[in-house]
Amino acid sequence: MGLALSFGLLYSIPNLFGESPAVQVSTARATIKVEPGVADQVEAALAGADIAHTGIRWEATTTGNTVRVRLESTDLQLRAKDAIEKSLNASGNNYVVALNLVSATPGWLTSISALPMYLGLDLRGGVHFLLEVDMAAASAKRLDALAGDVRLQLRDKRIRHNGITRSRDGIEIAFREVVQREAALAELKKNLPEMDWQVMGAGESAMLTGRLLPASEKALQESALKQNISTLSNRINELGVSEPIVQQQGASRIVVQLPGVQDTAKAKDILGRTATLEIRMVDDSPEALAALATGRVPAGLERYTERGGQPLLLKKDVVLTGESLTDAQAGFDSQNVGEPAVHLTLDAKGARIFREVTRENIGRRMAIVLIERGVGEVITAPVIRGEIPGGRVQISGRMTTIEAADVSLLLRAGSLAAPMEIIEERLIGPSLGAENIEKGFNATLWGFVVIAIFMGIYYALFGVISVVALTVNLLMLFALLSLLQATLTLPGIAAIALTLGMAIDANVLINERVREELQAGASPQIAIATGYDKAWATILDSNVTTLIAGIALLVFGSGPVRGFAVVHVLGILTSMFSAVFFSRGLVNLWYGGKKKLAALSVG
Amino acid sequence: MEFFRIKRDIPFMRYAMVFNIISMAFFVVAVAFIAVRGLAFSIEFTGGTVMEVSYSQSAPLERVRSTVVGMGYADAQVQNFGSSRDLLIRLPLRGADSNSQAQKVFEEIKLIEEGNPAQLRRVEYVGPQIGEELAFDGMVALAFVIVGIMIYLAMRFEWKFAVAAIVANLHDVVIILGFFAAFQWEFSLSVLAAILAVLGYSVNESVVVADRIRENFRRIRKASVPGVIDNAITRTMSRTIITHGTTETMVLAMLIFGGPVLFYFALALTIGIVFGIYSSIFVMSPITLWLGIKREDLVKPMKKQDDVIG
Repeated sequence: MGLALSFGLLYSIPNLFGESPAVQVSTARATIKVEPGVADQVEAALAGADIAHTGIRWEATTTGNTVRVRLESTDLQLRAKDAIEKSLNASGNNYVVALNLVSATPGWLTSISALPMYLGLDLRGGVHFLLEVDMAAASAKRLDALAGDVRLQLRDKRIRHNGITRSRDGIEIAFREVVQREAALAELKKNLPEMDWQVMGAGESAMLTGRLLPASEKALQESALKQNISTLSNRINELGVSEPIVQQQGASRIVVQLPGVQDTAKAKDILGRTATLEIRMVDDSPEALAALATGRVPAGLERYTERGGQPLLLKKDVVLTGESLTDAQAGFDSQNVGEPAVHLTLDAKGARIFREVTRENIGRRMAIVLIERGVGEVITAPVIRGEIPGGRVQISGRMTTIEAADVSLLLRAGSLAAPMEIIEERLIGPSLGAENIEKGFNATLWGFVVIAIFMGIYYALFGVISVVALTVNLLMLFALLSLLQATLTLPGIAAIALTLGMAIDANVLINERVREELQAGASPQIAIATGYDKAWATILDSNVTTLIAGIALLVFGSGPVRGFAVVHVLGILTSMFSAVFFSRGLVNLWYGGKKKLAALSVG
Repeated sequence: MEFFRIKRDIPFMRYAMVFNIISMAFFVVAVAFIAVRGLAFSIEFTGGTVMEVSYSQSAPLERVRSTVVGMGYADAQVQNFGSSRDLLIRLPLRGADSNSQAQKVFEEIKLIEEGNPAQLRRVEYVGPQIGEELAFDGMVALAFVIVGIMIYLAMRFEWKFAVAAIVANLHDVVIILGFFAAFQWEFSLSVLAAILAVLGYSVNESVVVADRIRENFRRIRKASVPGVIDNAITRTMSRTIITHGTTETMVLAMLIFGGPVLFYFALALTIGIVFGIYSSIFVMSPITLWLGIKREDLVKPMKKQDDVIG
């Protein structure tokens, strides 16, 4: 009993401390890690700016390491942010310095994982998105790539074919002769094991149709989802949000929760963008220019618009894609001082191709196309003045500093494996969150007070004991929620209130039974014993049925319903424990020592 | 203190027929309302956007409404929410740009009145894919609860109790739905959660009565079946009223202090609890009686050694 009480107390304490303003430092680049040494740098920066802090902690987390500095006030917080940013990012934007709130729980409590309850977005404010990954598009993208592979394979082995086409959900290859088809089939089966090939037609209309194997399609979708999650995580890190959640939900969905973020438009913009980069050659031949003037687009070319409105004709062949990109940073043009530019770094393969292409096309124009949401825009189309070795490319021209930063962010954060769509969105303002906590708290408090007064009057001492047991129940529920770090939402608070109301049922059952036994003429001690025993069976039965409903909500519910169900189920468990075990302990403590009892105080 | 010192059993079962007619009447009316008016499903089920906007002074309801309708949302609902400064705007789904419509609408209505700027407090957008799934999950959860409780009661007591308890509680569920249909209160996910919670909770009631009936069968050998049931109900009356009273106290606190978000949740619980008391006494018990509950169903007969023929 004492154990349960101290457990309840210990783990619910952290909820009293509240939060203090903090500044959080995390990395802005995959190549830079936040080492413990950064904490010293932060400390030095604060000392230099004469800003007092209440603690600096370096932490290793799953989403990357961070350094957090706690401060006395929000005013100091803002000053500290500026000072730290100036010091850490003196040489390029290597770190994200963001404002944050950190629990003010003392270290010794945190070390036994006694943390405050994890508040849901409806209580602390923020945005929630549910994104659905377009799996059909992921498959289509893969099939496009595979069609290219097939072409390469057949060309390598000198197998002649009559055209390779992409059907809606597969690849079709036409042949003139069955012999060539057989050769192709053997080759493709060996080298492209993720596809299933079917033979169709004969003679001159011999064909092969290929589809993705179900297993490889599944693997493909899983990896698409994973890549999207990591891309989203990268982009969110760039936003500098504290404690973001990016999680898989089901087979094709991703949940994103950004506590504290208020600007949904900006968040959505960053999340929803699927920017990829393509480098293509510009066709400036007289024929092409003539076609452009008449608005005609010759075969093998595509019409694009350059920033500034100039139309261009680009060759369909893609020289390089964003996949070869290892880094993108905003900076300034190395020749035109003051002109914003984006500096790209290519991987080895990309660098080699780029070098070859630039060598062979001196004097021609090359376009850098940024594709967002299926719409391509030519950022710049510079003339190649010489061979560019080393894989370092600079994009400049008609960009503002902010545009340069945005473009580099988008490129750096990587591309999405498949497009996504927001299918659910919630935004809760911070004032609403605080209001929700207050309302939920008030409702619980008033309900509890009324019940406590009633129980005290109606059942006298037994009533008081019931109220004590109920308080312990509440304490244990808080402790359990804190320990499990279950998300507490407004429906969760409702569940706490409801569970309290229901929990008293067990006590009422016991008290009524004890009373009844007394009226039937049992002696006080026996009345207590039989009262508790008989009530126990009923309590168990009735709680099991409630539990069934709670579990159903937990399993099939989503969002707000789940928040309710978690607390409800936990509450049922703690209430069974406290009503039977705890209140009986108290009764025994009170009456147990007295051999001869004249009467019980059950009102 | 004691409210219910009832010396003689109240002959509930004698009036079983009367209560059943009342229940049936309620039930039929509820079903009629559901059939005729239908439930006012929230956007969680239908898809769409809800936004809560707070003005610094009294909200210009009419102007906001005309602005929103002027943007092409003919079916948009604009209403006060909680206070006269807060507005709740519901937008139906519209094409591919659905998830950005809240932002656009807000831009339009933000500065509709000079010196009375609005603040976006909450946005909820649910795409069309989600709604059907939620409705389906809700039905599955309901089925799970019903089957789970029935299996448990059948194991613990007897199938007749299981059937009676479920009929009694579904009667409650239908009546809650009837209220929501009749007054066109918004039926949201939290209301569904409340209904399922009520289902689990008011089965308690039936369990407590069933428990007593079983105990009485063991204890009072001579009594008639209706007599046993009457006694069980009478003896548990006090507990029933008090527990429901305490639970209802909490729910009322939510209804009064919980704000608009918890309002319908608490309302569904209130109806469920009130009808839960009624149905476990006046619906569940008569049904068990009709299903022909007997002593032997609950008290396992002892095996007589004599019957064994060696």
